[in-house]
Amino acid sequence: MARPIDFAPAFGATDAVGAPTDSRDERIEVGVAIVGAGPGGLACAIRLGQLLEEHPEVRERLGEVPVAVLEKGKQPGSHLLSGAVVNPRPLRQLFHGRLTMADLPTYGEVPGEAVYLMSRRSAVRIPPPPTMRNHGNVILSVSALARFLAEQAEALGVAVLPETAATKLLVEHGRVVGIRTGDRGRGREGEQLPTFEPGSDVVAGLTVLAEGTQGFLTDAAVERFGLQGENPQIWALGVKEVWRVPKPLRRIVHTMGWPLRKSAGYGEFGGSFIYPMGEELVTVGFVAGLEAKDVEFSVHDVLQEFKTHRLVWKILGGGERVAWGAKTITEGGFYSLPRRFNAPGLLLVGEGAGLVNVPRLKGIHYAIESGRLAAEAAFRALQRGEVPSRIGALDSYDESLRQSRLWKELYEVRNMRQAFDKGFFVGGALASMMTVTKGRMPNGRFPTHPNAAAPLTKTGRAARYPQPDGKYIFDKLSSVFASGNRTRDDQPNHLKVMTRVRRPVAEAWEWMCPAHVYEVGRDLGDGMVSVEITPSNCVQCGAITAKGGRLTPPEGGSGPEYTLT
Amino acid sequence: MKIAVCVKQVPDATVHKRIDPATKRLDRSGEAALNPTDLNAVEEALRIKEAQGGEVVLVSLGPEKAVDSLRKALAMGADRAVLVADEAAAGSDLLGTARALAAALERVEADLVLFGQASSDGDGAVLWAAVADRLRRPLISQVASLTVEGSSITGKRQTEHGYDVISASLPAVVAVSDAINEPRYPSLKGIMGAKTKPQETLSLADIGVDASETGEAGSKTMVLDLAPPPSRGDQVKIEDDGNAARQILDLILERRLL
Amino acid sequence: MRALVFLEHHGAELEKGSLGVLSKAASLGEAVGVVLGPGAGEIGARAGSFGAAKAYACDAEALAAPLPQPRVDALATLVEKTGVDAVLFATSVLAADIAAGLAARLDAGLNWDLTDLAIVDGELVGKRPALGDTVLVDVGWKGSPQLGLVRSGAFDPVESGGSAEVEAFDVTFSDFSALATLVEQTQEESSGPSIEDADIIVAGGRGLGSPEAFSLLEELAAALGGAVAATRAVVDAGWYPYSTQVGQTGKTVSPKLYIGCGISGAIQHKVGMQGAGTIVAINKDPNAPIFDFCDIGVVGDLHQIVPKLTELVRSHRG
Repeated sequence: MARPIDFAPAFGATDAVGAPTDSRDERIEVGVAIVGAGPGGLACAIRLGQLLEEHPEVRERLGEVPVAVLEKGKQPGSHLLSGAVVNPRPLRQLFHGRLTMADLPTYGEVPGEAVYLMSRRSAVRIPPPPTMRNHGNVILSVSALARFLAEQAEALGVAVLPETAATKLLVEHGRVVGIRTGDRGRGREGEQLPTFEPGSDVVAGLTVLAEGTQGFLTDAAVERFGLQGENPQIWALGVKEVWRVPKPLRRIVHTMGWPLRKSAGYGEFGGSFIYPMGEELVTVGFVAGLEAKDVEFSVHDVLQEFKTHRLVWKILGGGERVAWGAKTITEGGFYSLPRRFNAPGLLLVGEGAGLVNVPRLKGIHYAIESGRLAAEAAFRALQRGEVPSRIGALDSYDESLRQSRLWKELYEVRNMRQAFDKGFFVGGALASMMTVTKGRMPNGRFPTHPNAAAPLTKTGRAARYPQPDGKYIFDKLSSVFASGNRTRDDQPNHLKVMTRVRRPVAEAWEWMCPAHVYEVGRDLGDGMVSVEITPSNCVQCGAITAKGGRLTPPEGGSGPEYTLT
Repeated sequence: MKIAVCVKQVPDATVHKRIDPATKRLDRSGEAALNPTDLNAVEEALRIKEAQGGEVVLVSLGPEKAVDSLRKALAMGADRAVLVADEAAAGSDLLGTARALAAALERVEADLVLFGQASSDGDGAVLWAAVADRLRRPLISQVASLTVEGSSITGKRQTEHGYDVISASLPAVVAVSDAINEPRYPSLKGIMGAKTKPQETLSLADIGVDASETGEAGSKTMVLDLAPPPSRGDQVKIEDDGNAARQILDLILERRLL
Repeated sequence: MRALVFLEHHGAELEKGSLGVLSKAASLGEAVGVVLGPGAGEIGARAGSFGAAKAYACDAEALAAPLPQPRVDALATLVEKTGVDAVLFATSVLAADIAAGLAARLDAGLNWDLTDLAIVDGELVGKRPALGDTVLVDVGWKGSPQLGLVRSGAFDPVESGGSAEVEAFDVTFSDFSALATLVEQTQEESSGPSIEDADIIVAGGRGLGSPEAFSLLEELAAALGGAVAATRAVVDAGWYPYSTQVGQTGKTVSPKLYIGCGISGAIQHKVGMQGAGTIVAINKDPNAPIFDFCDIGVVGDLHQIVPKLTELVRSHRG
């Protein structure tokens, strides 16, 4: 049986690690370099900014640019996508004494919630499982949150550098000494165009990687420093839309079941979320694990199918779609966490470090919490006059993570996601047992299997997808357009995939990709086909990385321009 | 040589554009970026400065937060920015905008004023001609290539019929087309240095323009009503059984496209 | 309404766009035309057959070159002399500059990109598309005169016969109008419309199978009087020149009729052509994404359909 993992391209994470190559005067020096202007990276930057403001003597030692945050998107938030219902505690803590929740761009506290078990014709309301109770949590757009956090960081003297991709981890003498930014202005064959601008070595005493899902340099660092966790990491793909609706929605909704198929053989695990964003907007999204086995499984199309249910039609009908986006979510949980979150001169923060609680559907507040803890550990080291690259200088970060509430929460649900490998009903029963015993039972470590190792089958899944009409049901291409994707179509191809594969693998990629980047090409005989790639469609969701290929950071500033997601 | 580049903030291409039914104006509350063709003008100014020395000044009319979108042009290498940010000027039509820009430009006293050719939000499509008239200086528009020699400039102007080569004495106003150059990417150093470059924010009073001559009040055009365009109609699907060509021609003729 | 219509000319020919605006203005009230430049008098006389009650002409030396600013002087003078309510232009590179300069000179409102004009309750109202053609807006003016730039091709000239009295007039030119001078003029030979100007485009993608198949599209385009365009994929493969590429780094086109052959519909191509009036897609793969956003979707073999269509078009045109 064909499996994507059998067609992984020759690409090692260590292609992304090396020594600085710029001459000393060309290098750009910063005190702390943070990769990723998401909630994790910006929380780290803000906390550092606060501490440095209070301790100017430490700040002085970090040079002209004490803290810099590098972001590959057009602006902070351009590549961020989530539901999102967020636990506000870490935000309150981050801004303690300076701002209150009312100052933050949220849509207010969760007004009420409902969980449904869906079938094609019905939606049965069930009591929210304990992991899904959201009383006291706030609704927000993570993209808008990042823009706000970036402003806060800049007000504290942090340099936020958009359109800047980090493509190489700089390591010298076993220590991380910074990152190298990507070139801009290369053509399809990698040739230098008239606008060519080479990347730069950004050297820093401390590097914080907050890259989010499938962090490119994070993976390289984990491999280079031997930080792998016990279980392989796995991912889900989320596709969502934002709608302007005729009547306000007054509660958050989560669903399980239809249109996903419950038997373990299909490997379809996930569900939907429908959240109000103020009075006029509603966001609806579908999340499904990437171990789905049917080659025609397409989360974008499943979302469209989901919208045809009466429950959803009652909310969205008569409205207008105003945004669309897609992104992967890290699902491995506790046993997939790296065994250490620091290395000489390096800290790992947020989702890139695996800190996502899938049963609770929460990750943003973990990112903020870990970002804050990372900043505090870094500051402690700096205050002591430590060199962050000394082995052990940053161990206090790991300690503070393990003592925090997020660690306990992740431990409690450490096997819950894996339980659903056994299908909806067995998984559900196991999950209930874990919930009732607060994670004590069943004991042991349930394994995870790489998404790309799932064998592929064909069961005619696509026959159920509704036909696009451009008004309520949308095709992938107009959706990519709605994401604001402005990738130059003569950019070098940033997707590392084999282009000669078994037919089912190509078909799986064609359906899986929400941006229609991959297409089944010519028949090459022997059951093999070519794969046609349109890299400029790519919204950098990362699904291909989970399914046998590798997304690498494209030219800074390209990709989607999310604002409301 | 002092070169002023007029730039404007437009709603980001990705933000779902809509006209606010209440104010009947373009809803600009979404995120904003620099008008893409203004980057060609900035690039041209930087090239001239690199060849002959001088200063590149960005001039813009917009809300206070427009300062963010000026950052990119400063990161490319512009030296400073002047933003006229006055509530009263919101909703200005061509005349109000030209009046305010001309007043700001007079203050800057540039030898050359550059505009980008088209605006992605549909406003100011011909702003440069109105500004040139107010400044009482010569104008060359649709310029696909520009040379500066001492106190005059020569531009290759694209027309529907070919090219005209026009010469004008400085100070002059030039609107460049997007064929003139490929704007550079800012270097990382440029991005980091942009924030420290001088950015001046002025009110209408500072530039000697009466508020009543700008904004809604000073507007000589207005939007009366909005309507959705005639719908595209239903899609026609044909499976070829040998007659597809005939069916296509019939449909084309029916819609009077030939 | 009394409107003054700027009649642009190239050589001795009056531009079709200007004549269309003239015909429309004449249908809404009284219309007079103005022709500027060498030979203005003779050219102006022809304006009568398209609805002009009168044609004003000035052939001063300062107007010899096709530059906007001396024309602003001339029109400003004429507006004062005639007291017209409106001044209308068919959009062109030259007309756009003149109209905006005139607006500043007279402190008069200018609406552009108009696709229609009407008199409503005695007032001139314009119609124009906005926001990438997703909405139609009614626009009006405050004060007088009312300046309008009409979208190219919005009105067809209506020949009603008759001739116009030509009146010459003098202009005192501003000092700064003479500061721009014409050094050289070049005409470009074009074989058929460029894809940016074409009303009809026949485009080809990878589904053509080979570069040779483009000859089928060239024949169809020639029969239709349109231009041939290509997708990035085939341009990259060297099948057709970059200057014909439609899409993000190629060109954006908005023809009245777009026929895409063997094109699957990559997002960047869609960006380049989605403004087309009517989109016809011919592709043998029924799942090609282009079928989701075309008006007429044809599932079939383009190698059969296109030559047949070319033949039918030729016989229709006779």
